[in-house]
Amino acid sequence: MSSSMAPLTPSSASFGQSGTVVRSSPFRRLLKNPMGLIALTVLIVMVLLAVFAPLLAPFDENFANISNTLASPDSTNILGTDSAGRDVWSRLLYGAQLTLLSALLCAAVAIAIGLPSGLIAGYYGGAFDATSNWVVSILMSLPGLIVLLAIRAAFGPSVWIAMLFFGILISPGYFRLTRSAVQSVRNELYVDAARVAGLSDSAIIGRHVFSVVRAPIIIQTAAVCGIAIAVQSGLEFLGLGDPSKATWGVMLNEGFKNVYLNSQLLLWPALAIGLTIGALVLLGNAVRDALEDSDQVREVKALDDAESANTAAAMGATSGVGDLHHAAPKPRTRASKEPPQVEEGTEHHLIKVSHLGVGYPQPDGTVKRVVDDVSFHVDRGEILGIVGESGSGKSQTAFSILGLLPESARIVAGSIQFDGSYTVAPSDDLVDQRRLASLRGKRISYIPQEPMSNLDPAFTVGYQLVTPMIRVLGISKAEAKERALKLLADVGIPHPERTFAAYPHEISGGMAQRVLIAGAISCEPDLIIADEPTTALDVTVQAEVLDLLRELQSRLNIGVILVTHNFGVVADLCDRVVVMQNGRLVEEGTVREILRTPEHPYTRTLLASMLEGKEPMTMLTAQTAPASGRGDQKEGLR
Amino acid sequence: MTSSSLLNVDNLVVEYPGKGFRAAPFRVLKGVSIDVNPGQTLGLVGESGSGKTTLGRAVLGLAPVTEGRILFENRDISHASRKDRRALSRDIQVVFQDPYTSLNPAMEIGAILAEPLTVQGQSPSDAHARVKELLDQVALPSDAIHRLPREFSGGQRQRIAIARALALSPKLIVCDEPVSALDLSTQARVLDLFLQIQKDTGVAYLFISHDLDVVRHISHRVAVMYQGAIVEQGPTEQVTRDPQHPYTQRLLLASPVPDPDRQATRRQARKELLAKWAEPVGA
Amino acid sequence: MVEGRNRFSTTSATESTLWSTRMFSFILKRLFSGIVVLLTVSALTFFLLYFAGGSIARNIVGDQASPEQVAAKEVELGLDQPLIARFASWLTSAATGDLGRSWFTSEPVAQALSSRIPVTMVMVVTAMLLIGILAALLGVAAAVKRGPIDRAVQVSAIIGDSIPGFVIGIVLVTLLAIQLKLFPATSTIAPGVGVDAWILSLALPVLALVLNGVAGGAQQIRSAVIKQLERDYVRTLRSRGISENEILFKHVLRSAAPAGLTVLSLQLIGMLGGVVIIEAIFALPGIGPLAVSSTSQGDLPVVMGVVIYTVAVVIVVNLVVDVINGWLNPKVRVS
Repeated sequence: MSSSMAPLTPSSASFGQSGTVVRSSPFRRLLKNPMGLIALTVLIVMVLLAVFAPLLAPFDENFANISNTLASPDSTNILGTDSAGRDVWSRLLYGAQLTLLSALLCAAVAIAIGLPSGLIAGYYGGAFDATSNWVVSILMSLPGLIVLLAIRAAFGPSVWIAMLFFGILISPGYFRLTRSAVQSVRNELYVDAARVAGLSDSAIIGRHVFSVVRAPIIIQTAAVCGIAIAVQSGLEFLGLGDPSKATWGVMLNEGFKNVYLNSQLLLWPALAIGLTIGALVLLGNAVRDALEDSDQVREVKALDDAESANTAAAMGATSGVGDLHHAAPKPRTRASKEPPQVEEGTEHHLIKVSHLGVGYPQPDGTVKRVVDDVSFHVDRGEILGIVGESGSGKSQTAFSILGLLPESARIVAGSIQFDGSYTVAPSDDLVDQRRLASLRGKRISYIPQEPMSNLDPAFTVGYQLVTPMIRVLGISKAEAKERALKLLADVGIPHPERTFAAYPHEISGGMAQRVLIAGAISCEPDLIIADEPTTALDVTVQAEVLDLLRELQSRLNIGVILVTHNFGVVADLCDRVVVMQNGRLVEEGTVREILRTPEHPYTRTLLASMLEGKEPMTMLTAQTAPASGRGDQKEGLR
Repeated sequence: MTSSSLLNVDNLVVEYPGKGFRAAPFRVLKGVSIDVNPGQTLGLVGESGSGKTTLGRAVLGLAPVTEGRILFENRDISHASRKDRRALSRDIQVVFQDPYTSLNPAMEIGAILAEPLTVQGQSPSDAHARVKELLDQVALPSDAIHRLPREFSGGQRQRIAIARALALSPKLIVCDEPVSALDLSTQARVLDLFLQIQKDTGVAYLFISHDLDVVRHISHRVAVMYQGAIVEQGPTEQVTRDPQHPYTQRLLLASPVPDPDRQATRRQARKELLAKWAEPVGA
Repeated sequence: MVEGRNRFSTTSATESTLWSTRMFSFILKRLFSGIVVLLTVSALTFFLLYFAGGSIARNIVGDQASPEQVAAKEVELGLDQPLIARFASWLTSAATGDLGRSWFTSEPVAQALSSRIPVTMVMVVTAMLLIGILAALLGVAAAVKRGPIDRAVQVSAIIGDSIPGFVIGIVLVTLLAIQLKLFPATSTIAPGVGVDAWILSLALPVLALVLNGVAGGAQQIRSAVIKQLERDYVRTLRSRGISENEILFKHVLRSAAPAGLTVLSLQLIGMLGGVVIIEAIFALPGIGPLAVSSTSQGDLPVVMGVVIYTVAVVIVVNLVVDVINGWLNPKVRVS
């Protein structure tokens, strides 16, 4: 096994230069994981025992001392003897040899069949793909052990033949793994880029595709070896093995026959099988964990990836994201039964957010703040725009109002009040879900960014519109349907009846967004939170949806919080604007103030980046490209 | 036919096989003709599904040409073999939209940038020297060579993708929505980089975008695509200031401007336009 | 524009008839491909068995028999016929339910199977039901509650993966039956015994099968549920004021069900093999001992019968799973 681990040790286990990102290889992480280390050690010991069996074993595997059967351990037979007087320790060692080698044969056969066919089927598709999928579906519907019985009946008790055929039977695992990995890679843009560079198919497969399947194959091989050992031992346990060869399964069979006389005979091979399979399973899990760790690194990176931060760093405007790692705050109390009264004179605001801080506790005990000291309010009939680039905390702010933050998020500071009472009281560290549950859908509603992924594909549009109305408004199904049809007509859907009966995959993205808007206004809310509601739409559809939002808002006199990165959208809809950067609110004002006379340098930079009205073919940023490049560098290579 | 243009796409038709047995093929491009002049930028603007990306991919040899011709320097490359493509990659390169999937996450930046060079048979040491040059050209530090893509932000990754496209000093770069996934301020800097590179190297761009503002900013000429056909093309100033085709007019007025009062005017103009063309375009 | 275009032209009244026609042809297609699979497997198994089996007649009549006796036995068994002809005649009689006779006991294979199927199937079905219920409960609880339940499921899934099912069986029989004598170590099932004898005999074997599969199943159901819980539409449903319970039971579980059913069907396929060993450990009169004895004797008609029977069970299970998944997913119905 240890040799097959080699590909996991990349030469790139390099450390970053001073003050930069430190990259650790998956192999290093594997060794750091106690489970991985134990599993690897057990496997190495097993392999060493098997390799040096002829040196370590005091007797031949089949040397039988008839006068000393079923003996207890003593100095000659350190684990005793079996019913034929054979030395258990020697048989265990030789058994390890045969068991491990035949398991490797099985994995090798499975890889030899599954990997190339999976690569070809995944990369080229077509007839080969269709045929091999058919073969795979047959192989996968065969119960392995039963087929091996037939093989045993046809070819006799050889463990090699059994494992060879089992390798064929289990090869679909590799095929499917490789095929789906290749299919997902085949359409990646970097493969297109390689094609444009003129790489041949084999070079692309070797350089770009194979590297993707390497790690999953190692995991799969650990599992396959374990299953092979289990199946092989099972067959031999049934007495279908080759009695002239010592394997753990044959020993198990022998032990079970004598279970009433000496149960130790059962113990040793069972222990060997259990340890080896256990180590293989643990190793597979540890490798998976080691690989997932690197994914996590990427996710965390992506979170504070905002290049917007460079602008700040370059201009020295506000603190960067890095400064937002505070020590863990004192635990705030959970929502108490009776929330305190809101500050007097603020009850009339529809929503009021005061000094809000949202953070994610990190494994090292610190809290990563994504929203910091944010305050604003929205009144009835007013549209507030929250503008910012990715990583500015604008969506996190919106979700804390809705109470739909991810589970690990904590309110680390501040309060939120809706219509004169707290949904997050000043001392709460979580959103008061009980209170929000009675508001969500009814008084506060939500329009998401991606229309298609926000409808459940298994239910019709109509069902998804009607159910909230029945639950929230308590009206009858018929009444709800009538209202839903009217809503669909209201949001400009040409054939409400058809859309009502359609499944989400049967309507276009623009229509789906209209359906979601209809859903958001269905229970006549006082506040709508729209998170980039037009970003996923084409510009002409965006214009129509903006028209629709404006019209509905003024007709129903709803308060709206519009989260967006687009100043055009802001100009089209908003009354007031807050600008966010790196979790902080940097500027607030009426839409005309912010767009015409921005005060904060960040707002100015953002507006300066707008292309509308700029002289074509001129530089947009004050600095020349290399200078701004240095800004990039400071941020990205932190 | 000979012309002074670098790239000449003539009545191009691209069809994909229909889904299902004996289904009619799906015609993505319905006879498209465009020209890209040396050292200039042709902006290709259209909405999702208009076929603009397919046109770019056809030029790159990534989409099947059903009818028509693609001429590069008066050579027909519509059905170029893989070997021809390898030679062509010295002249035609690409920058894709998504900087997160256009770089192999498992490869170091140095290897990514060296790939097009070594394919052309450059020695590793020559390639290494060129990679350093390229990083400098896109304003990335040279120690980026030993880093993985995930250590870079979106804008930086797009710089890396641009560096890869520049590696062989091509004459034409197909840019498929190269700034759409970027934040506003990052978009501005990357657009500056595109302009700077064109000024320095004289490369031509086929610049594909859904954003008319972006296309106007960077292009000498603009072509507007709608449902697999070019509805209007001409000098940037003319197409974006005084569009003739109703679809272009509609597109222009649909994009909101960052001022509430001007936007209100624009909104009104759009509504009037829609009222005038009572039957929506293409219905 | 694209907006107004509707991709379907039927009214909702004909929609439902269209739906059932589609479902019907979907089932027919799956049924047909199931039969093709069964035929393919029969042919492969048949040729594999008879291609390799050289001295069958010699084995049966014994070493002392004369070459003439061997030849006569070969004619009696039809072994002198070409392989294709033998397969054709096997297939035609198999189509009428006649799977041939055992070479050693002359008992009709179909009869031998049907007398043993009840024991095996009672065990497999009980174990599968228990696994299905327990794995679903544990998996959903682990996905929704996280915390200790989640960790317990994950750890026991690793332990469950690490120990082969038959080793669990051996441990159970050694501890609970032989050492503690709480259960009979060997089966008391015989024709005409009461339900209590069945329960007593099957309790440990079923327990062994369940212990082997439940944690792994729970873990995979857990990941299927978590994957659905992280979908965007779940957040939107929450924002619409739909309760957590309704989101979980109506939306999430429905979408996670196909993945869960596939996991369980794969477990069932594995169990059909595993049960052979379990029956051997507990000396149960099911398919297992028949399969083992016919294999070691080279009683090819019986081996063939066992293979065909198990593959047929698998195909039926897969068909049922496909149909349920198709019914759950509106997109599958169309394709």
